[in-house]
Amino acid sequence: MSVLLEVNEIAKSYKLKGYWYHKREFNALSPVSFTIEAKKTLAIVGENGSGKSTLAKILVGAEPPSKGKIYLNGQLLQNQRFKQRCQQIRMIFQDSGTTLNPSLTIQELLDEPLTLNTDLDEKQRRQLIRLTLQKVGLLGDHMNFYPHMFSGGQKQRISLARAIILQPQVIILDEALASLDPSLRSQMINLLLDLQQQMGLAYILISHNLGIVRHFSDDVLVMSHGKVVESGKTIEIMRNPQHKVTQKLMMSQNFQIK
Amino acid sequence: MNLLDIRNLSIELDTPNGKILAVDRVSLSMKEGEIRGLVGESGSGKSLLAQAIIGVLDDKWRVHADRFHWRGIDLLRLTIDERRTLLCRDIAMIFQEPMSCLDPTTLIGAQLSEAIDTSQLSGYFWQRNKQRKEAVIKLLHKVGIKKHSQCISSYPHQLTEAICQRVMIAIALAGRPLLLIADEPTAAMESTNQGQIFRLLANLNQLKNMAILLISHDLEKITHWTNTITVMYSGQFVEAGTTEQIFNQPMHPYTRALVDSSTKANLQLPAKSRLMTLPGSIPILQHLPIGCRLGPRCPRAQQTCVSAPKVSNFHGHKVSCHFPILRETVKKEPVKHKPVKGTD
Repeated sequence: MSVLLEVNEIAKSYKLKGYWYHKREFNALSPVSFTIEAKKTLAIVGENGSGKSTLAKILVGAEPPSKGKIYLNGQLLQNQRFKQRCQQIRMIFQDSGTTLNPSLTIQELLDEPLTLNTDLDEKQRRQLIRLTLQKVGLLGDHMNFYPHMFSGGQKQRISLARAIILQPQVIILDEALASLDPSLRSQMINLLLDLQQQMGLAYILISHNLGIVRHFSDDVLVMSHGKVVESGKTIEIMRNPQHKVTQKLMMSQNFQIK
Repeated sequence: MNLLDIRNLSIELDTPNGKILAVDRVSLSMKEGEIRGLVGESGSGKSLLAQAIIGVLDDKWRVHADRFHWRGIDLLRLTIDERRTLLCRDIAMIFQEPMSCLDPTTLIGAQLSEAIDTSQLSGYFWQRNKQRKEAVIKLLHKVGIKKHSQCISSYPHQLTEAICQRVMIAIALAGRPLLLIADEPTAAMESTNQGQIFRLLANLNQLKNMAILLISHDLEKITHWTNTITVMYSGQFVEAGTTEQIFNQPMHPYTRALVDSSTKANLQLPAKSRLMTLPGSIPILQHLPIGCRLGPRCPRAQQTCVSAPKVSNFHGHKVSCHFPILRETVKKEPVKHKPVKGTD
C-alpha cells in the first residue's frame, strides 16, 4: 500500500513575551514525523498539554508549523493553500453541540463546504447532501431541521457528514468520541469503521480512552511534553509498553492486554 | 442496618402538557461503608435521583416514595427543615466540573473554613480563629494536598481541575458525612487525574468507613472501584447487584448491551471488528414509551413489554425485565426456535 499522508519533521514553537535580550520560546511540539496509509488509523495518546491538539491543528491547516513539511499523496501541502487542504483533510471536534451553527439548518450547514469548494449546481448539491445524510445513518428529510432538534449522538453524526461530504482522504477525530454515551459511542465506532472500509479513509484519532484506541487504531503515537516518546503498532505497544509515560497511562486506566 | 433505603421513588414534573414521570419507581439501598455505583446514560435520571436524596430539587418537581428511610428514620414524615438539618449533617455531595462549583471570587481557604461547623471547635471565642485555620489545613492534608499554605491563599482559577476536585472533597468532608454522593466526579478530567481522585475516594471509604454513591455514565470507568452497582435507563430501574454479577453475568438486555459495547471488557475481540450495540437512541422526556422504556430498542422485546415489568430477585441480583437473560433460557432458546423454523 502506498503512503497517503507523510509528515516530515513538523515542529511548532511559540514566542513568549520577554525583554529584548532574553527572548524566550516555548516548544509546543518538537519535530515529529510519521506516515499514514489509506484505510489505516493512527491514534495519538497523551496527557493534556502534550501537543496532541497542536499537531491536529497543524495538520488541518488552522496553524502554520514553525518548520517541517506535510506531503499528501507525494504532493507538498503549502501553508497558504487552504482549498487543496480542506478538501482532503477534515476534522471532527469534541463537542458537537457547540461546533454546529445554531442559526442554520442542516442543509445550509452542509451546503457551505460545497459552495466554497465545488462547482456543483443547487440540485446536485441537494442530492449530495441527501446522500451523505443517509450514509451517516440519518434521513434525507433531516436536512430541513435545525441543530437543536437533534440529540447529542445525532449531532455528532451531522459533524461526521460535514467532514465526509467533500470526499476527503484523511479525517482527524479530536476526542470526537469522548463526550458520547457508551451505547451511542459504539454505534459511532461501527459507523466510522464502515465508512473507512467504504471510502478508504485514513483516521487520526486523538483520545484518552485506551479501550477505544486498542479497538480502533492500527498504529499509535504516545506523546508527552511535545515529544513523541513511543510509537509503533498498537497491539505491540499495549502488550509491552516501554516508556514510563505509556506505562503510567495504562496503569491509570487499569488496562492490561494478555 | 441499611444506611439509606429507598423503595419505589418517583419524581414527577408538571408541565403544560400534563405530568411527566422523569424517574419511575426506582429502588436504592446503601449499606454502611459500601461503594455503590449508579450507572445510566444521559437523561436517565441519575442526577435527579441524587438531588432528590439530598432534597435540593425545585418546587416544580414532585417526589413520591413508598419508603424513604435514612438509618431507620422515615424522612417522608419529617418536615422539610428537620429533614434538611438531618441530611446536611450526614450526607455530602460533590459535583462534576469542580471549577464552576467553587466560588470564583473567594479564596479557597475562606471557602473551606466556611464549611467547618462551629460545633466542631472547642475552646473560647478568641481561640476559634486559630482552630478553624488548623482544621482547614488538616482537611487539605486529608485529601492529599501538601502545599496547604499556597492552596489556601489562591483562587479556584489558579488551581488545576484535579486540585479543585480535591478541595470540593475536602469541603464535603468538613461535616464528617456518613454518605458521600459523587455526581460524575471525574468528568472532563485526564485519565491520570481520574485515577488519583478515584483512589482518594477509595482511601476515604477504607479509612473512615464512609459510604460512597458514585454516579457515572460510563460503566467501564467505575467497575474497578465499586462493590455494588445499580443501573438505570431513562428513569427506570434496570438492574442491581454486586459488581461481579453485573459485569460478568448481566441479566437485563440493556446491561448486557452496555457490557458488550464497552471496549475494555472485550479485549478478546479482534481490533476493528463490529461492536454490539442497541439500535436507536435514548428517548426524550416528552416522548417516553409506555411500559418498559427500553422496549423499542430491546432485542428481546415481546408483546408483554408494553406493561412495566416487576423487579425479580435472584440471590440479591435484582433485575427488572420480563425476559431476563438467565443461564437456563440460553439452553432453552434453541428449542424455542425450532418450531418457528418448521413453519417457515
